[in-house]
Amino acid sequence: MEAIEAERLTRRFGDFTAVREVSFTVREGELFAFLGPNGAGKTTTINMLCTLLRPTSGTARVGGRDIVREPHEVRRRIGLVFQDPSLDDRLTAWQNLQFHARLYDVPRRIFEERARRLLELVELTDHAHQEVRTFSGGMKRRLELARGLLHQPKVLFLDEPTLGLDPQTRRHIWEYILRLRDTEGTTVFFTTHYMDEAERADRIAIIDHGRIIALDTPDHLKAMIGGDVIRMRTSDDARAANRVREALGLEPQLTEEGVHIEAAQGDQLIPRLLGVLQNGLEPPLIVHSISLRRPSLEDVFIKLTGRAIRDEEASPLERMRLGHRLWSRR
Amino acid sequence: MMFLKTVYTIWYRDLLRFLRDRSRILSSLGQPLLFLVVFGNGLAPAVAAGMGGVDFRAFLFPGILSMAVLFTAVFSAVSIVWDREFGFLKEVLVAPVSRTAVALGKVAGGSTTALIQGLLIMLLAPLVGVRFNLVQILTLIAMMILLAATMTSFGILIAARMRSMEGFHMMMNFLLMPMFFVSGAFFPLRQVPLWMEWLARADPVAYGVDAMRQTALSGLVPEPVLRVITLHPLEINLLALMAFWLLFLVPAVWLFSRTD
Repeated sequence: MEAIEAERLTRRFGDFTAVREVSFTVREGELFAFLGPNGAGKTTTINMLCTLLRPTSGTARVGGRDIVREPHEVRRRIGLVFQDPSLDDRLTAWQNLQFHARLYDVPRRIFEERARRLLELVELTDHAHQEVRTFSGGMKRRLELARGLLHQPKVLFLDEPTLGLDPQTRRHIWEYILRLRDTEGTTVFFTTHYMDEAERADRIAIIDHGRIIALDTPDHLKAMIGGDVIRMRTSDDARAANRVREALGLEPQLTEEGVHIEAAQGDQLIPRLLGVLQNGLEPPLIVHSISLRRPSLEDVFIKLTGRAIRDEEASPLERMRLGHRLWSRR
Repeated sequence: MMFLKTVYTIWYRDLLRFLRDRSRILSSLGQPLLFLVVFGNGLAPAVAAGMGGVDFRAFLFPGILSMAVLFTAVFSAVSIVWDREFGFLKEVLVAPVSRTAVALGKVAGGSTTALIQGLLIMLLAPLVGVRFNLVQILTLIAMMILLAATMTSFGILIAARMRSMEGFHMMMNFLLMPMFFVSGAFFPLRQVPLWMEWLARADPVAYGVDAMRQTALSGLVPEPVLRVITLHPLEINLLALMAFWLLFLVPAVWLFSRTD
């Protein structure tokens, strides 16, 4: 049985189509990534899959149950870690877990044993009886991971599980996620706009403007790019790109990070690039830097969409909420 | 069985939060206390003539009791908006439980915290020279529960679809404060302009205040005087409160149960 099967899942908000006829399947035990820039439709998709939002059309089965017809059965089979913390921070870590166990009808003795084991796994045993509001962002996220697994869900949904955390904590969280998958065998579906996180997945769906534009293993996706990636900065990137196109017959792309060129043998291309850029041009171009590397998922995204996934600025609403949170010290 | 467990779980969380937050308990006692002591003592001599021999502090006390219950109940229900804003509501909404049970748990939680707040005010009664016998205490408790349940349901009805705290402030200014002011908590609703009389008839809080006032003042004040400073017979008050409760509860549960 497949863990998730989405069929032409669509959600509109007024005139705006957030998710457009998205179809995919996730196998049991798979670590599956939804990768895309902010606003691409990742959270809307996850909210539909976990029954928080009704699809405008289309449907999906999660854990073998239909999200539209049997939302209650779906809820029984899934665990969630949200983008925003969803803990009650006036309660202790243990009380939060207890609340969850009661809602999911986990018998008390089983709860106590599991809660202890999960707290140990996420290294929060010493903080079990502290109020959650004294926790750091990373500790909260770890507690949410433990809570999401308390009722042994078939599918664990993680919506941007490391958003807003520092790199060290991010790495830490990922160690837990991978360990959880290995010890519990849970199917993990996660969204991210960090390339390095998507890299860890068994398969990746790249989503942009509400559509899946590619879906494959990280290696296959990167193989879409023929060979190496060269990136260079010059005194005039637009002119440089033109020159490369005309003189060498290549297809350079102009991005905010400079000129982007794909080539089978990148190391041999660099001297020729330098040649055409530094000779026979008036006024002469100055090459500031050239880098050569193996293709990354970022390159795949650029190839597919013509632009980079970047961390966008926090929207006014997000900023307001952050401010609110500080102000109210909740 | 799971239905009751859900009601209990939601109720227990509200209670736990309330009891952990001692500073909030104290600070929300401050305002009613201020009204009672300053208003009560300050206005008592000035209004003595119009009260038919009733001590204004004794008159005011049931109003202050209603005030404590009213605001605690509504705030506790509107915490749904906070929970939505700060994400906790999602934890509840994706759980495999009945949303009706969640809403009822919320009503139970809000009513309980409001009742506790009311009981604390009642402990202060001797401070303003008001004393109750056991029957009065039990009757007042029953009325506080009814008023608390009604106003918590009202709060949930408002909060069920509310998306922001701005909406909450709007509601505070345009609904809650007027409801409180025309309820007769501060002054007898006799010889007031007709529009105020009619507003009071549509105000659930007014029936709560009236019922509690009759109970609190019975025995203290001669029957004819009591009839002048109160509005409706006790049964009418209780029936009206129950009707309001259902009127708020049913759509509140329904709205809360819908998926976006």
